Amino acid sequence: MTAVETPRTSAGAPARPNVARAFTALLWRDVFVTGREFVPFLLQVVLQPVFLLFVFGKVLVELGFTSSAYADVLLPGVVSLAAFLTALQNTAFPLVIDFSFTKEIEDRLLAPLPTSLVAVEKVVFATLRALVAAAVMFPIGLWVLGELPVTWSDVPLLVFFLVLGSLVGAAMGMTLGTFVKPNRINVVFAVVLTPLLFTGSTQFPWPALDQLRWFQVVCALNPLTYVSEALRAEMAPQVPHLSLAVCALALTGFLVVFGVLSLVGFRRRALD
Amino acid sequence: MDAAVEVTDLVKRYPGRPVDAVAGVSFTVQRGEVFGLLGPNGAGKTTTIGVLTTRVLPTGGTARVAGVDVAADPVTARSRLSVVPQRSNLDRSLTARQNLVFHAAYHGMGRAERNRRADELLDRLGLGDRGGDKVDNYSGGMAQRLLIARALMHAPQVVFLDEPSTGLDPQARLFVWERVRELRDGGVTVVITTHDMDEAAALADRVGIMDHGRLLALDTPAALTRSLPGSATLDVDVERAPGDSDDAVLAALGALPQAERVEPVADAAGLRARLYLSSDAAGTVGPVSEVLTSRGARLTGVRIGEPSLEDVFLSLTGRELR
Repeated sequence: MTAVETPRTSAGAPARPNVARAFTALLWRDVFVTGREFVPFLLQVVLQPVFLLFVFGKVLVELGFTSSAYADVLLPGVVSLAAFLTALQNTAFPLVIDFSFTKEIEDRLLAPLPTSLVAVEKVVFATLRALVAAAVMFPIGLWVLGELPVTWSDVPLLVFFLVLGSLVGAAMGMTLGTFVKPNRINVVFAVVLTPLLFTGSTQFPWPALDQLRWFQVVCALNPLTYVSEALRAEMAPQVPHLSLAVCALALTGFLVVFGVLSLVGFRRRALD
Repeated sequence: MDAAVEVTDLVKRYPGRPVDAVAGVSFTVQRGEVFGLLGPNGAGKTTTIGVLTTRVLPTGGTARVAGVDVAADPVTARSRLSVVPQRSNLDRSLTARQNLVFHAAYHGMGRAERNRRADELLDRLGLGDRGGDKVDNYSGGMAQRLLIARALMHAPQVVFLDEPSTGLDPQARLFVWERVRELRDGGVTVVITTHDMDEAAALADRVGIMDHGRLLALDTPAALTRSLPGSATLDVDVERAPGDSDDAVLAALGALPQAERVEPVADAAGLRARLYLSSDAAGTVGPVSEVLTSRGARLTGVRIGEPSLEDVFLSLTGRELR
């Protein structure tokens, strides 16, 4: 195999590997694989929000159980939900499988970049997927509800909060995926996911909960609440909502906490 | 600098464990050498390799691979080493060829170069026509070859192979051995962990035997087997003189200075004596012949039994099951 072997001599100053290039290659691998399974990916992420939107925003309105104004409350929540849960699921499950069963991540852990950047890549990639999921919800919203209360001027702030919210979701997912024992992940997911789904202020505006104080407090602990509220502030300003500053501050706080936890968890799984 | 791997007083203690998994191990592997690390399960060899491949953080001591301290600068170390794991960890979302190409991309290799190299390595490892297959469809032997190809993509200076031929059929095993020898000929350093003694004896220039976190012996396979007292044997078939007795012949052979002990071999038709020797078996044939001639006996057959690496291994690590 002499023709292919060109071991560089170890003499002289060590050439520093190109960390940025390694990071880009890891991200490209994930994007490449997703690109080939784009339709299954879309079905996976949009079905649940689409049905939520259809049943609560369309069917119940048509049947006269809710007013059409409820769609204004619901759509921002459903977009937030799609982004947040997509991000969360895309770090939690794949990491459990990678670390515990297939070990496929090992080749990437041996790539020439710091271990924490392998974790960051997973979070960035999960965020990209979450943004796609959120983006797809807008045309679907238009199709199901018949109107879309968004103008181009809303886009920068929507993107900002969707990115921030997805990063928090991805970091939470990685925290779960690395701290929970692999044989428990199904149970933990069921126990965590359903409450996250219903305490994230996606189906109701958070300020209106002051009638139900304890539930309002519970919802305040769910990062998804602040994504929903921020999107509602932008897309349905007439509905009572938290201020954008409060949402940004809360999400940043959650990002710091779960960001640190997820990196600690990832290192624990990656290194002995 | 000629050392490809330098391990000095390496210690690893896992949190919450009462004993060190690796308890002060030191060794050096020269550039272009094939080095075998042997030991029973739990001996500490996997942990040692884990430290060398930047996946285990050492508790004490230092480990350098290709001149880089693996604990202080794991990123540079990773660019100079590669790992062939025991169990396939191939990327099953990708084809075989894509596994190679993406691996090279992680290591910063340019597009044209990584495509060229992937095709070349697929050919070398006999996978030229299967590059487009998903790795799910690969047999164990093919997966192992692809793992080797992947490990060579970024032209590492040191390759670590963990149990390289476990579970392979004899053809695949020989094929892997051939590739390992080619690597050495190409100047690549190879570190192998195994508990297959034949594999170690066939491949390794030098062998380290580990147990309980310590390195018990370190030398060439030949020197290790030579160092083992009493395990070289010499079987001799004897046609004794009519007035002589078997016991007297055995006693006379046992009196030879080279013989540690002598016993008759039961299943032989005539008299067959087995001498357990402290020195070289071939050199003992002469003295044995002289003893027999002086008693009027004839030497009718000789068989030399050399000790194997397995004998050395068992004598160092014991026979108990782990």
